[in-house]
Amino acid sequence: MRFYLGREKITNLKEYVIKRIKRTVKFDEFWALRDVSFTVAPGEVFGIIGPNGAGKSTLLKIIAGVIKPTSGAMGVNGRISPLIELGAGFDFDLTAGENVYLNGAVLGYQRAFLKGRFDEIVSFSELSSFMDVPLKNFSSGMIARLAFSIATIVNPEVLLVDEILSMGDMHFQEKSEARMRAMMEGGATVVFVSHDIGKVREICDKVLWLERGHLRMIGNADEVCERFVAAGGGQGL
Amino acid sequence: MPLNLAGSVSNFLNYRFLLNELVVREIKLKYKRSVLGILWSVLNPLLMMVILSIVFSGLFRFDIPNFLVYYLTGILLFSFMQEATSGALYSIFGNSGLINKVYIPKYIFPLAKTESALVNFLFSLIALTIVAAATGVHASLALLMAPFLFAVFFLFVLGLALIFATYAVFFRDLIHFHGILMLMWMYVTPMFYPEKLLADRIPWLLDVNPIYYYVRYFRQIVLDGRVPSLNLNLWCIGISLASLCIGLLVFKRNQNRFVLFF
Repeated sequence: MRFYLGREKITNLKEYVIKRIKRTVKFDEFWALRDVSFTVAPGEVFGIIGPNGAGKSTLLKIIAGVIKPTSGAMGVNGRISPLIELGAGFDFDLTAGENVYLNGAVLGYQRAFLKGRFDEIVSFSELSSFMDVPLKNFSSGMIARLAFSIATIVNPEVLLVDEILSMGDMHFQEKSEARMRAMMEGGATVVFVSHDIGKVREICDKVLWLERGHLRMIGNADEVCERFVAAGGGQGL
Repeated sequence: MPLNLAGSVSNFLNYRFLLNELVVREIKLKYKRSVLGILWSVLNPLLMMVILSIVFSGLFRFDIPNFLVYYLTGILLFSFMQEATSGALYSIFGNSGLINKVYIPKYIFPLAKTESALVNFLFSLIALTIVAAATGVHASLALLMAPFLFAVFFLFVLGLALIFATYAVFFRDLIHFHGILMLMWMYVTPMFYPEKLLADRIPWLLDVNPIYYYVRYFRQIVLDGRVPSLNLNLWCIGISLASLCIGLLVFKRNQNRFVLFF
């Protein structure tokens, strides 16, 4: 994945035209990811680790189909459920109930499915008495609870997780973790991005270590995590 | 760029529900906290008519039989186009948060804007019906052509919306330019002055104005009560298809670069 960073600051059109004619406008290329190839087997729990800015989230976005790689190919067999950014598409002027449908539609659910599961979503979020309240009056914890409840109502074949396990109060955290585990045990393939090496080691089968957009190491979870910690990557992040 | 038609269609059907939700949200928010709600879509053109009938029957006088319906047929089509394209301008980067986070076919956003503008347009037809009945226009079988006209006009507008949505991402200048463009376009289209005014002096201006084909079509079926000629039908279809094809092509070419420009 290549991004362009403007190197020179060009503040006005005149300057731009002049520089363009002189051919001095240059963009720094920045490869957020380069030469990263791997496969994840069905049912595997696959961890991605690396320091900040290594390209972990970019990689997840490519897998989710949000951005297209500059070159190379990516394929996913199965239905993806991205738990990357929860609550995408929430409209704060609409009520919670309306947002369940809107956010559900954004995630690609069908109306009949949402209707059937509406009560389940509401009861899991424990917000049943607030369903007619506009979302702007919700606390951030309540929004996170609602978002998580909607996003995890499906039985996904491929689950993308970007460090979102910590949200809501303790009670809800436990509940959401239990649900995530149930999904993993239900045979879903999981791609898990985290800075929490302990957790990665605990739940992942295989781990990919990214550094500055390059694949540093890939393999057995324990092995990669050990080397990562030994290299100092696990500290201070 | 291979066009995977079957894949595109099934993908579209999957997101049909999202499209509905977006259109409903649009309309809900537009009339939020207003007492009369969607009635405004009917009231607005009606009240406009009252003002115009005062202005034009008293101050200016054009030799147009049934001026009110003449004006309304033109301006309703035009406002539909204006509302859809100005909504489309913001539709892509206004939803950058969404496009950046989850995969959604991006054309959904300009399409939703165009559809909600269509809903408004259909409501405002009630106003047209009232005015037409009040001014003694006879309903004829030619009106059966109206759904066809609206369908091709919708495609024409959708094509424009896609183009505006795409280029507004790269050149935000378009937002500022849009208002001027619309004003100019409205004045070169015979809305409140007779067609003859232009036809006598600068006739080519009528020929190159795509929206005027639809306006003429609409006036013929409403005011004259006759089915437009095959020629005009073909023109309307042709312009719609051209607009839609260019719109789709422009959009498809650029959509993968959108995320880099937010």
